[in-house]
Amino acid sequence: MTSVTHGKSWTPWLYLAPALVVLGGLLAYPIYQLGLISLFHYTQAQVSGGEPTTFEGFGNYAELFGDSQFWEVLLATVLFAAACVLSTLAVGCALAVLLTRVRAVPRLALMLAALGAWATPAVTGSTVWLFLFDPDFGPVNRVLGLGDHSWTYGRLSAFFLVLLEVVWCSFPFVMVTVYAGIRAVPAEVLEAASLDGASQWRIWRSVLAPILRPILVVVTIQSVIWDFKVFTQIYVMTNGGGIAGQNLVLNVYAYQKAFASSQYSLGSAIGVVMLLILLVVTLAYLRLLRRQGEEL
Amino acid sequence: MKLPARLAVLLAVTVATACAPQTSDNSASDKDEQTGTLRVWLFQEVSNKPKEKVVDSVLAAFEKDHEDTDVTVEYIPVETRAQRIKAAFNDPKSAPDLIEYGNTDTAGYVKDGGLLDITEEFGAWSEAKDTDPTAKQSVTVDGKVYGAPYFVGVRALYYRTDLFEKHDIEVPRTQAELIAAAKEIRAAEPGLYGLAVGGAYTYGAMPFVWAHGGELATGKGGSYASAIDSPAAQKGIKAYTSLFGDDNCPAETCAGMGGNDTVTAFASGKAAMAIGGDFSHAAVEAGKVKGKYAVVPLPGVKEGGIAPAFAGGNNIGVLKSTSHRTLAVDLMQRLASKKTQASMFDAMGFLPTFSDVRQEVAAKEPFVKPFVETLGAGTKFVPASPAWSQIDSSLVLPTMFQEIVSGKKSVEAASKDAAKKMNDAFATLG
Repeated sequence: MTSVTHGKSWTPWLYLAPALVVLGGLLAYPIYQLGLISLFHYTQAQVSGGEPTTFEGFGNYAELFGDSQFWEVLLATVLFAAACVLSTLAVGCALAVLLTRVRAVPRLALMLAALGAWATPAVTGSTVWLFLFDPDFGPVNRVLGLGDHSWTYGRLSAFFLVLLEVVWCSFPFVMVTVYAGIRAVPAEVLEAASLDGASQWRIWRSVLAPILRPILVVVTIQSVIWDFKVFTQIYVMTNGGGIAGQNLVLNVYAYQKAFASSQYSLGSAIGVVMLLILLVVTLAYLRLLRRQGEEL
Repeated sequence: MKLPARLAVLLAVTVATACAPQTSDNSASDKDEQTGTLRVWLFQEVSNKPKEKVVDSVLAAFEKDHEDTDVTVEYIPVETRAQRIKAAFNDPKSAPDLIEYGNTDTAGYVKDGGLLDITEEFGAWSEAKDTDPTAKQSVTVDGKVYGAPYFVGVRALYYRTDLFEKHDIEVPRTQAELIAAAKEIRAAEPGLYGLAVGGAYTYGAMPFVWAHGGELATGKGGSYASAIDSPAAQKGIKAYTSLFGDDNCPAETCAGMGGNDTVTAFASGKAAMAIGGDFSHAAVEAGKVKGKYAVVPLPGVKEGGIAPAFAGGNNIGVLKSTSHRTLAVDLMQRLASKKTQASMFDAMGFLPTFSDVRQEVAAKEPFVKPFVETLGAGTKFVPASPAWSQIDSSLVLPTMFQEIVSGKKSVEAASKDAAKKMNDAFATLG
């Protein structure tokens, strides 16, 4: 190693510095604070100086892992997020393919409807969906003749209702991205496939999906992250976690602990655990893809 | 040393020496300025104008007696009060001098280090001796006084006189009769709830527990133990949860209801009975059932008895961070004085916390009679422990009721779980 290359190796860092400062300030520091708070006993009394702050080590984590409700909520979160991701991808991809097959006017209509759903704030969307399924005034019960059946009373039925809303507000992103990807696929490839007599499903599976793989990877990871962190829909539609907390997911659970009952340190510990889970899931997924010989 | 242990030590050293999470300095101010600006936060009520009028006249007199003193009042929305008051504790510099607060929050705020100990001033206050004992208990933590009671709120049984007459049902005198009457009306009028109940309506449910001899917790400050799973409490829980079902209030809709929902159901004519407060009177009067209802104390287990009600209400306290201690305490006493409470009753219908003032106003207004009777029969209060705020906000009791009425757990299992959660909170918070 000569001193020349040594001096040179600083140059990239110089260029990266502005971005790193921003990232450091906006990402690393809050995460550092989150981790820090999770190691203390830190409630409202500590924040406002009523009692001294005490170092707990991993006490908050021990309390969390010893709480059976945490594991129940974690399991529900994983299953619910998985169901949301699969449904969103299925609906988004199916509609993206549909977009390429229909004429201009229906395509425009579908696009507008999707963009409308996309642009609706989560709180508004949740409230509207809740109203649609309202036991007293909701049109759904009236059309189906269900009387005053409550959709949010049963655990699965409440999760199902929230799933519908989550899919409704997140499929447009998948649809638009995948649609853009399909447009970029050379027309002759698709033509060749149909000349060979491939069915629609076959074209998707053997031609489109492999070509679109990088795009699908991105939307999958995005969806996993979004759906794992779902908050607004659950909070609004099940009124903070459902009857007896049956519809709690990790993010809402963390909110209830951290802010509703002012146990900031316990809430931070949940946040750290969520962060780690998402990191592991994402890294494992990328690793898996790389092993199959694909570069992102 | 194992890796985690070593890691923990390493973290402990770096963290403890270098940086701990932020803490604001909320030590009592040693200043006691005699002039300047006092800031007051009061709750914004649904129709706030009459309250403002009463407060304004108190302030005018106060400012007249203390020259060079200004008072600014801010009415804060009830829904976001928790955040506002926490923020005030976190940032003493921009905090008010006086706040109105819900009486179940007293112990929590004291632990947070937010409220000033005014035991001495309260003892020296000539009017304080007429404060009713439960109201005084609601400003007291570990024998020290942290504010002045502002008004009390208590719940009783609202019922539809027209429906009771139509179906020839007697006004219930015991809880067994109450439950029977509720089911009878539901059978006769399938579109209505007999007695509107809510799985998240803790203070509507507790009278059933107390009437059966149960308690939320036993013990004293620092050594509370939950009693919600005692056999007596379980009997009360059973009585209350028996009201959920297709024969009175279907669990599907009622499990998620809170106190306001049950009152709304009654006011809009969807329920034949509801447990509502004196503070619900205006809402019911504004509803469809105006002129078609009456109120009686919620019956106890035995005939002629009254179920102990929860003594709700608000207090006014001085913040520890105030730099105008003398002035702030004086203003607190004026805002919570007998005279102000009497005019506040005329303006807003809030029940006074002084026994003698309450008797006077009850003589004037017949609608408060059942509520004053309920207060006279003895009321109950939540444990004066900072743990209560946490038990309340983490929905321990609503969860218990909802688990039972949705059939997820038996009364025994659900109350045991709730007791465990309460005891955990008492153990960590005292």
